[in-house]
Amino acid sequence: MFDYETIRLIWWLFIGVVAIGFAITEGFDFGIGALLPFLGRTDLERRVIINTVGATWEGNQVWLILLGGAIFAIWPPVYATLFSGLYAAMLLVLFALFFRPAGFDYRSKLENPTWRNAWDWGLFVGGAVPPILLGVLVGNLILGLPFHLDADLRSFYDGSFWGLLNPFALWCGVIGLLTCLFQGAIFLKWRTEGDIQRRAQQAVGILGPALLVMLAIAMIWVIAGIGRPEITTMAGTEAPSNPLHKTVVAAGGGWLQHFAAHPWMFVAPLLAFGGLGASWLVGRAPGLAFLLSSLGIAGMLLTLGFGLFPFLLISTTDPNSSLTLWDASASHFTLLLSFWITVVFLPIVLLYTRWVYRVIWGSVTEEKVLQDQHTLY
Amino acid sequence: MISGDDVVTLSRLQFGLTALYHFLFVPLTLGMTFILAIMESVYVMTGKEVYRDMTKFWGKLFGINFAMGVTTGITLEFQFGTNWAYYSHYVGDIFGPLLASEGWMAFFLESTFVGLFFFGWNRLTQVQHLTVTWLLALGTSLSALWILIANGWMQHPVGAEFNDETLRMEMKSFADVFFNPVAQVKFVHTVAAGYVTGSMFVLGVSSWYLLNKRDIGFARRSFSIASAFGLASVLSVIVLGDESGYTSGETQKIKLAAIEAEWDTHKPPASFTLIGFPDQEREKTDLAIKIPYVLGLIATRSIDEEVKGLKELRAESAVRIRSGMTAYGELQKLRSGDKSEATRASFEKHKADLGYGLLLKKYTGLVVDADEATIQKAANDTIPRVAALFWTFRIMIACGFTMLFIFAMAFYYCARRVADQKRWLMKLAVWCIPLPWIAAETGWFVAEYGRQPWTISGVLPTYLSVSSIAASQIWLSIAGFLFFYTVLLVIELYLMFKYVRLGPSSLHTGRYFLENRTVKP
Repeated sequence: MFDYETIRLIWWLFIGVVAIGFAITEGFDFGIGALLPFLGRTDLERRVIINTVGATWEGNQVWLILLGGAIFAIWPPVYATLFSGLYAAMLLVLFALFFRPAGFDYRSKLENPTWRNAWDWGLFVGGAVPPILLGVLVGNLILGLPFHLDADLRSFYDGSFWGLLNPFALWCGVIGLLTCLFQGAIFLKWRTEGDIQRRAQQAVGILGPALLVMLAIAMIWVIAGIGRPEITTMAGTEAPSNPLHKTVVAAGGGWLQHFAAHPWMFVAPLLAFGGLGASWLVGRAPGLAFLLSSLGIAGMLLTLGFGLFPFLLISTTDPNSSLTLWDASASHFTLLLSFWITVVFLPIVLLYTRWVYRVIWGSVTEEKVLQDQHTLY
Repeated sequence: MISGDDVVTLSRLQFGLTALYHFLFVPLTLGMTFILAIMESVYVMTGKEVYRDMTKFWGKLFGINFAMGVTTGITLEFQFGTNWAYYSHYVGDIFGPLLASEGWMAFFLESTFVGLFFFGWNRLTQVQHLTVTWLLALGTSLSALWILIANGWMQHPVGAEFNDETLRMEMKSFADVFFNPVAQVKFVHTVAAGYVTGSMFVLGVSSWYLLNKRDIGFARRSFSIASAFGLASVLSVIVLGDESGYTSGETQKIKLAAIEAEWDTHKPPASFTLIGFPDQEREKTDLAIKIPYVLGLIATRSIDEEVKGLKELRAESAVRIRSGMTAYGELQKLRSGDKSEATRASFEKHKADLGYGLLLKKYTGLVVDADEATIQKAANDTIPRVAALFWTFRIMIACGFTMLFIFAMAFYYCARRVADQKRWLMKLAVWCIPLPWIAAETGWFVAEYGRQPWTISGVLPTYLSVSSIAASQIWLSIAGFLFFYTVLLVIELYLMFKYVRLGPSSLHTGRYFLENRTVKP
C-alpha cells in the first residue's frame, strides 16, 4: 500500500507523535513529582497533589514504555546504539523511575511521617532525574554522539558517561526539567484549589520566563555554535537499511537549512514560543493554559525533528555511521505491520484514556482526600 | 581481566536476575486480576456487600504487588537495548513490533484501567466498574500473550529470514510468528500458571484467617472461589503443560532430551526417567528409575514416534555447523561484491544454518577455517548442562502436583461444605503459598537456560548477542539492581504481611474482625 520511502516517513512522524504524547502526559507527571516537596507543605497537601495524578500516572507512563518499544520496532539500530552507548545514563533514568510506582502506591499505606516524607523525596527523584537526563540526551542528539558501527553493524560507543555532561547538553537538561515543572505546575493549577493552586500559579509565573529565555538561548547556541553534518551520497530512500551504505561530511549547511528551504517549518518554533508564552500569560483559564503549554511542547519537539531530519543519531567519531530514517529503519514489511497495528490501536487508546479522565475529573481538595483517606494514595 | 566472555556471563547473570525477579510479581498479577473480576462479578450478580469487600481487600494486596510488577517490568524493556544491543539490531525487526504491540494492546489497557479500579468505586455504576475490572484482567493476560509470542519466537524462530544486505533477521510472515505452536503452548501454560499463583495466594491467606477464626464468612467465600478457579487452572497447567511444545524446533528437542536425561535415542515408545543422577562427563544417568511409555506419550502424544537422544542431536548440530560454515563463507563473498548466481544459490541453500556457523565465532573469528576439533567443541556447546535442567524441571513438576492435590482436596471439601473443618488442609495451604513461585521460577530456568547457547534458537548465539560494553559497567548496574531490588522487596513484603494481618479490617468498613475486637471479651 505505501512504498518503503513513504512508510519510513510516516513512521518518523508517528514516533514524533508518540514522543509528543510522552512529553505532554509524562511531562506533568514528572513535574508534579518534582514539585511535590515544595508546593505541598503538610501531609494532607501532599496527598492532594499526588492524587491529582493518582489514577492516571500509570497510563501516562506507558507513553514512555511505548516510545522505547516503538524505537526498538521501527529503528532497531537506534535503540541498540542509544541504550548500550548511553549505558550509565539509561540506567540512572531507570533507577529514578523505580521510585514512582512504589512512591505512589506505598506512600500512604502507612501513617508514619518519616516513611511518607521519604517517599515524597523518592517521588521528587523519580520526577526530576528523568527529565534532566532526557534533556541531556536531546542536547547530545544535536551535538552528535561518539559511536561507530563495524562491518557486521555492531555498534561501539567511543565516549564516556561524563562526556555527555557537556555545557550545552546540561543546558538542555535544565530545559527538560523546566519544561516538566512548568507543565506540572499548570496541571496542578487546573486540578486544585486554594493554597496549592496559588502556589502553583506562583511557580508558573517564575518557571515560564526562565524556560522561554533558556530555550531561546539554546536555539541561538545551536544555530551559531554547533555544526550539522550533511549526507553526501546514499543508497536511496527505498534501499534496504544499512547505515554504512552512505557517506557523510561533518560540516554541512547548518541547522537552519531545512527551515530556509521550507519556511512553513517555522511554524514549529513559533508554536513552541507562542504556546509556552501564551500559557504563561493566561492566568485565569487553567484548561486553556494547559492546552497551550502542551502545544508549546509539541512545537519544541517538532523543531528538534525538523532540524535533525533525516538524521536520527549523528555520529561524531565516524560520520558515515550516523543513523538516518532512510537507512536505520526496520524492513518494509515490519513498518507496514506496525503501521496498521498503530492505526487501529492509537484511536482506541485515546478514546478510553479520554473516558477515564472524564470519569476521574474534578478538583482534588483536602476534604475529598480526607473523605477517602483509606482508598486514595 | 575484562574479556568478551565476562561481558557475556555478566549480561546473562543480570538478565537472569532481573527477569526472574520480575517474574515474582507477574504471575500474581495475572491470577489476581481474574480472581478480582470473578469476585466482583459475583458481587454485581448477587448484590452481597461481602463480595465487594472481597474485591476491594484482595485488590489492595494486588495493588502492592502490581506496583512492583510495573517497576521491574521497565527494566526488561531497557535491558534489551543496554545489554543486548547486537541482539536488538539482529532481531529487532521481529522482536520490536511484538513488544510495541504489547504496549498498544496490553500496557495501555491495564495501566489506564488499574487507576479506575482503585479510585473509580464511587464514580462508576456497578456494571461500569465491573467492566473496568475485566478490562484490567484482559490487559494483563494480553500482555502475557505478546511477550510470550516474542519468547516463543526465541525458542522456535519461524516466519523470519536473514537479509544479507541489512545483516539481520527480518519478518516474512506475521501469521507464522503469531501462530507459532511453541508460543501458543507457552502462552496457555504461563497464564494458567499465573491463575494458579493467584488462587494459591488467596487460598493460603484465606486458610490463615479460617485457622485463626477471624472474618470467617469473608475467608470462606474467598477460599471457595480460589479452590474452584485454582483447580481449573492447575489442571490446565498440567494437561496443557508445555512439554507438548518441545517437539517443534531443534533446540526444543535438545531441551526435552536434557530434561529427561535422554543421552541415547531409544526405540519408541520412550520411557520417562522419574529420577536419577545425570553425569555430563560420562554421558550417563546413574540410578535412574524409569517408567516405560510415559515420555513418548508426553512428548510426541504417540507410542510409535521416537524421542531423540542428546548424542544424536549433537551429531545433527555438527552437520548443521558444517553447513553453517559454508553459509558464512558465501555471505562474506556476497558482501565483498561477488554477485554470481552460484554464490547466491549456495548461500540460499545453506542460509538456514547460518546461525550454526556463528557458533564457531566463539572459537575462531573467521568461522570458515574451523577444524574438526573446533566443530566438535561448538557442537558440544549445543548440549546444555543436563543435571541443572533435569532437577529444576522435576522441582517444577513436584510443585505442580502438590498444588493439584491441594486444590482438588479444597474443592472437594468446599463442595461438601466442610472445608473449614479440615485444619490439616488449611495448614498445608498456608505453608504451600510459595509453591507456585518456585514452580514459575524453575520453569523459566528450564526454558531459558535450556535454550543456551542461543538467544534465538539456531539463529543467534548468546555469545554474539551482547552489547559492546565494559564488564565494569555491568558490575555497576548489577550492584544497582541488587541494592534497589533488595530494598524494594523488603518494603513490599513488609506491606504485604502488614495488610494480610490487617485483613478486610483495612477497608475501615466497621464490619470486620480487628475493628470489633475491642468490644469482644
